[in-house]
Amino acid sequence: MENNRKQTLEQIAALFASQDLAVLSTQKDNQPYASLVAFATSTDLGHLYFLTPTTTRKYDHLTANPPVAILVNDSRNQADDIYRAVSVTGTGRAAVVDKVKEKDALALFLKKHPHLKEFSRAPTTAFICVAMHRYYMVSRFQNVVELEIIP
Amino acid sequence: MKPVLQSKEFSAAGKDQVGGKAWCLAKISGQGISIPKTWCVPCAVYQDFISQTRLRDRIFLEINRKPFEQMRWEEIWDTALRIRNQFLTTPLPPEIRKDLADLIDAYCGEKPVAVRSSAPGEDGSAASFAGLHESFINISGTDDILKHIRLVWASLYSDAALLYRKELGLDIRTSRMAVVIQELIPSDRSGIFFGVNPSDAGESLLEAVYGLNQALVDGDIAPDRWHLHRSSGRIIRHESPARDRCAVAVPGGVSFTGLSSHQVDTPPLNDREVRRVWETGKQLETLFDRPQDVEWTFLDDRLIILQSRPITSTGFTDTDEKRAWYLTLHRSYENLQALHEKITRDLIPEMIAEAERLGSKPLADLSAQDLCREIEERQKIYDHWVSVYWADFIPFAHGIRLFGQVYNDAVTPEDPYEFMALLEKTGLKSMERNQLLEELAEMIRSDADLRVRLEKDLAPGPDHPFTRLLDTFIGQFGDLSCTTGSGSECQYGASAVIRLLMEFARRPASAGSGMPHQRDTAALKEQYMASFPAHRRAFAQDLLHLGRESYRLRDDDNIHLGRIEARLFEAVQEGQRRLGDPATEEKDRDMLARFPAFSAAPAAPKQPEAPAADETAARRWFRSRQIVGQPAGPGIATGTARLVKTPQDLLSFKQGEILVCQGVDPNMTFVIPLASAVVEERGGMLIHGAIIAREYGLPCITGAPQAMQLIQDGTRITVDGYLGIITSHTKGL
Repeated sequence: MENNRKQTLEQIAALFASQDLAVLSTQKDNQPYASLVAFATSTDLGHLYFLTPTTTRKYDHLTANPPVAILVNDSRNQADDIYRAVSVTGTGRAAVVDKVKEKDALALFLKKHPHLKEFSRAPTTAFICVAMHRYYMVSRFQNVVELEIIP
Repeated sequence: MKPVLQSKEFSAAGKDQVGGKAWCLAKISGQGISIPKTWCVPCAVYQDFISQTRLRDRIFLEINRKPFEQMRWEEIWDTALRIRNQFLTTPLPPEIRKDLADLIDAYCGEKPVAVRSSAPGEDGSAASFAGLHESFINISGTDDILKHIRLVWASLYSDAALLYRKELGLDIRTSRMAVVIQELIPSDRSGIFFGVNPSDAGESLLEAVYGLNQALVDGDIAPDRWHLHRSSGRIIRHESPARDRCAVAVPGGVSFTGLSSHQVDTPPLNDREVRRVWETGKQLETLFDRPQDVEWTFLDDRLIILQSRPITSTGFTDTDEKRAWYLTLHRSYENLQALHEKITRDLIPEMIAEAERLGSKPLADLSAQDLCREIEERQKIYDHWVSVYWADFIPFAHGIRLFGQVYNDAVTPEDPYEFMALLEKTGLKSMERNQLLEELAEMIRSDADLRVRLEKDLAPGPDHPFTRLLDTFIGQFGDLSCTTGSGSECQYGASAVIRLLMEFARRPASAGSGMPHQRDTAALKEQYMASFPAHRRAFAQDLLHLGRESYRLRDDDNIHLGRIEARLFEAVQEGQRRLGDPATEEKDRDMLARFPAFSAAPAAPKQPEAPAADETAARRWFRSRQIVGQPAGPGIATGTARLVKTPQDLLSFKQGEILVCQGVDPNMTFVIPLASAVVEERGGMLIHGAIIAREYGLPCITGAPQAMQLIQDGTRITVDGYLGIITSHTKGL
C-alpha cells in the first residue's frame, strides 16, 4: 500500500507539474462557485498556492468560507480523454498568507509562473495558501484512488 | 554555435542567425571595402535568453493585454516601455552571461563600441526597417555592452516596431534579434550617402558633418549636402549650412563641441572625397543590386562603411500618415531643449498676452458687424494656436518619455513607472485653478449666510469678498462651462461655477484639493543621480528638469489654449445674447442671424438616453462584472459610477463619485478633487486625467475598453488602481 501511495503522489506531482491552471471551487451562502487559477504546489503536495485580486468572488468566498476544492486534469478535448486523461480533485482549507512572510512559497509559485510577477506585487493581489487534506485521482474513466495528506 | 561571432564567421552562421545588418557588413568586407571591426551575437542567444528566463511568457502576457487595433499610440508606447524594463530587470542566466562575457572581454576589452540591432529580414531585403530598432554608440566595458545587448533585444518590441508589427511580421513565437557589436571609429568626418535622391531619380545625395554622424541621423546638426549626377557622380550643387558644432564621443554617450574656425569655413569633404564616397556607394549598389542608404565615416584618409541598406523613402511604403507622424514624436534631448525654450520663452507668453488682449476688448460696445468680425478674428486666432499645439506642444510631451527611458536605463527599477514620482508636483496650472476653487468653497463652508444665499440663487453683492474672488477666478480660468465643450454651454455663466463650488463646500475642508497626496521623492532623486557617473550628473539633472517641464506643460498648455477658446466663446455668447434680446435692432438681428456661428440651429440640450425596452430586459441577463484596463494611479476605491458623456454632466458631479469617461480634457479636470477614482476609456499613463488623478493620489485606470458601455451610470463599482481592474457590484449568486 505504501508503494501505491508513493506512486500515486508521484503521478499527481507529475500531473501538477504539467498543468498551469486548476479549477477552484468555493462557496458562500449555500451557492457553489468555480473559477480558474494559475497554481503551484509545495514538493510534498501539502500546500497549493495561487494569487487572486481581493475584489474577486473567489476571494470573497474563500475568506468567508475557507474549505475549498480544486481540480486539475490533462484533458485534450478529444474522445480518448475519457480513458487517457488523469484528473485530480483536492480538498483543503484556504487562507490568505503574507507575501513577505511566505516569500519562499511565493518564489516557488513565481518560478512556475514568472509572468505573474508584476501581478503578485500589487497590494490588492492576495497570496492564497490551501492546506490540502485529501486528493482524489481519477484515471481510466472510473478508477478512483483517495489519499490523505498527513501534516 | 559560439555566442559571439567574428565577421569572418558570419557567412557560415547564415543570415538567419546574424541578421541583415551583420550579413551585409560581411559581404561589404568581402569586396575589400573597409568596415569597422565587427562581431555579432547571433539570434540563438536571444532565443536561449527569453526561453531560459521565461521572459517569453511575460512578453506574451504583455502584448496580449489588449488587441493592438484598440490601442492608441500612447498605450503602445507604454507596452514597449514595460517590455523594455522586463529585459532590463531580467538578468542573463549565469551560463549565457559567462559565455558572452568571456568572448566580449577578449574581443573588445575596454575599447568603445557601438551596439546595434541586426534583425533577420532587416536591411537586406526589399523593405528596410531603419529606425525601428535601437542602436547605441560609445559603449565600453563588458558589463555595459551586456546591458546594451539586452536593450537592443528589447527594441524588437519598441513602440515603432509594435506600430509596424504587420510589416515586420512581428510574432513573439518566431521573431528574433541578433546584435552587432562594432568598434567605434573616432571619426573626424562622417555622413550618409543615398544612391538615389528620393525626390529626384536622376540624382544621388551625399550628406556630411564633422565628427560622428549620430547628430546628423537625429537631425540635431544640419549637414553639408551634395547633389550628384546619379550615373556620372558629377557634382550638380553643394548646399552649405552654417556650421558651428559637431558630435563627439564622450564616456557613456555622445556630446556636442564647437568647431575650429577652419572647420566653420571649410566643408567636411573636398571634391575628391565626395567622389570616393559616390564610387563606393555605386560599388555597394552593384553588390546588393539596388540603390543603397549608406552610413560612412572618414578616419584620417580612410573611408569606412558603417552600414548599408536598400533605400526606401521612410523605411516603408506607408499610406498611414498617422503612424509616420507618431514616429516623428521621438525627439532627441537637443531637439527637446530647443522646443522647451521656444515654448516657455515665446509661445506661452504670447498665448497669455493674446488671451489678455482679447479679454480687454469691450464686446458690448461693438456694432453687430464688428462683433461678427471679432468672432471671425477670434476663430482664426484660436485655430492658429491649435495648430501650434500640435506642432510644438504635443512633441514636447516626449520629454516625459525620454526622461522615463533614461531613468529606467540608469536605475533599472522593478516598477517601470517609478520615474513618474519625480515628475509630479510641478505646480500644474490646473492644480492652481483647483486650489482657487477650494478657497472659494472654504468661504461657503465658513459663512452660513453666504451658503444660504447661494442655495437660493441669490448672488452676494459686487463688493463681497466671495464675488471678488469668483470674478478673479472667472477672469483667469473662464466660467469652466465655456471651456468644457461647444459654446452652447456658455449660457450657464457663473452659476455653473457656483453649483460646483456648493459641491466642493459639502466636502470637509481637509478632504483633498489643495492637500494632494504627498510622496517622499528625495530618496528616489538621490538614487537616480547616484546611478550616473560624476561627469554625467549635470546631464542627469538637466534631463530631470526637462522631464518635469514637459510634464507640467503637457497640462498647462491646454489651460492656456482653453483661455483663448473661452475668449472665442465669450464673443459667440455676446452674439447669442443680442439675438435673444428684444431690444436688439431688426437689421442687427438679421445680420447676426445670417452669421455662420449663429445660423445653425442651437443644439437641443441633451436628454439622458432612456434605454430601449428590450435593452433594459437584456441588461437583466447581461452585466459586466470586471473590466481590465491599465493601472495608471495606485489605490483602491469603491463608489457610485458617474458616466460623463457631455460637459454638462461634469457640472452635476457629486463628491465621492467615480468619474467614468471617454477621456478627461485638461479643462475638465476641475471635478477630479470631488472624485474618489477615475476611469478613462482612452489609454496611456501620461494622459491628463491620469496626471491629475496621481497629483491627488486617486486610484486611476486608463484604457478601459468600452467602459462607457459596460458600466452602468449610478451603480456601485470598485476601482483597483494597482491592478487596473474595475469590478461592478453585482448581486450575490
